[in-house]
Amino acid sequence: MSDTASSGIGMGTTLAPAWLQRVTPAARFVLQGGPSALAAAARALGIPDADAPGRCSGEGTTLTLIWLGPDERLLIAWLEDAASLGARLEAALAGQAHSLVDVTQRQVGLRLAAAFAADLLNCGCPLDLDPARFPVGSGTRTLFNKTDIVLWRRGVDDFHIEVWRSFEDYLVRWMAEAAQDFAPQR
Amino acid sequence: MLLIRCPHCGERPEPEFAYGGEAHIARPADPAAVSDDDWAAYLYLRTNAKGVHAERWRHTRGCGRFFNALRDTTTDRFIATYKSGEKRPEGLR
Ligand SMILES: [Zn+2]
Repeated sequence: MSDTASSGIGMGTTLAPAWLQRVTPAARFVLQGGPSALAAAARALGIPDADAPGRCSGEGTTLTLIWLGPDERLLIAWLEDAASLGARLEAALAGQAHSLVDVTQRQVGLRLAAAFAADLLNCGCPLDLDPARFPVGSGTRTLFNKTDIVLWRRGVDDFHIEVWRSFEDYLVRWMAEAAQDFAPQR
Repeated sequence: MLLIRCPHCGERPEPEFAYGGEAHIARPADPAAVSDDDWAAYLYLRTNAKGVHAERWRHTRGCGRFFNALRDTTTDRFIATYKSGEKRPEGLR
């Protein structure tokens, strides 16, 4: 399920910080639709809709649903493959106006777990990451320097980052550079 | 950090947002019936207000939605933000 960020697409081993791991879910979808389509999808998934800004659902299951916008969700499936999940959702959404896009290969997942995780993120992300403002279980689309990310807080010092594949190298290098302020021994 | 209140997400940092030009400019319903001068005015002429300005913003790196804002162009202070489709709030300075 997980390999280090240094394996794969040509990143040098010097950029293989132990606190940053590549994590690879089985499938990802972006779903757009009105309230009834989103409710139908949530019913089919067997989890509550992530129906408010910053909200995530699916805790304790093999799915993670993240609110991206009033009519937009990111679905991460940790076990079920895209073909099976897509078919299940399409069946549930039949007859409803919606857009369901398989983005499994578009982005990669990085798990940032370190005591300095929030401070490191704030080197490039302007979001207020105080646990009172962005509590454990929150998720949102935001920014890390020049690249869009989706940030999901799994624990106080434990974040999951979704980034478009071609920006991964940029993100990882930037973080490795910034991390020298926090973990010079790496 | 300048915080902008997205009508959907609440207060968020300015780098997540993109400016979208003056608000409340309606495209003529029947473009073929509009004179060249009026069409050019629709396309290009803007208020260029010194002071309170109604303008579009997009929470590009957040919820992705467009919304409207009243902003004072001399101080860069955001006076109000409101959802697309809602009327410009009255009496705010
Ligand atoms: Zn927003």
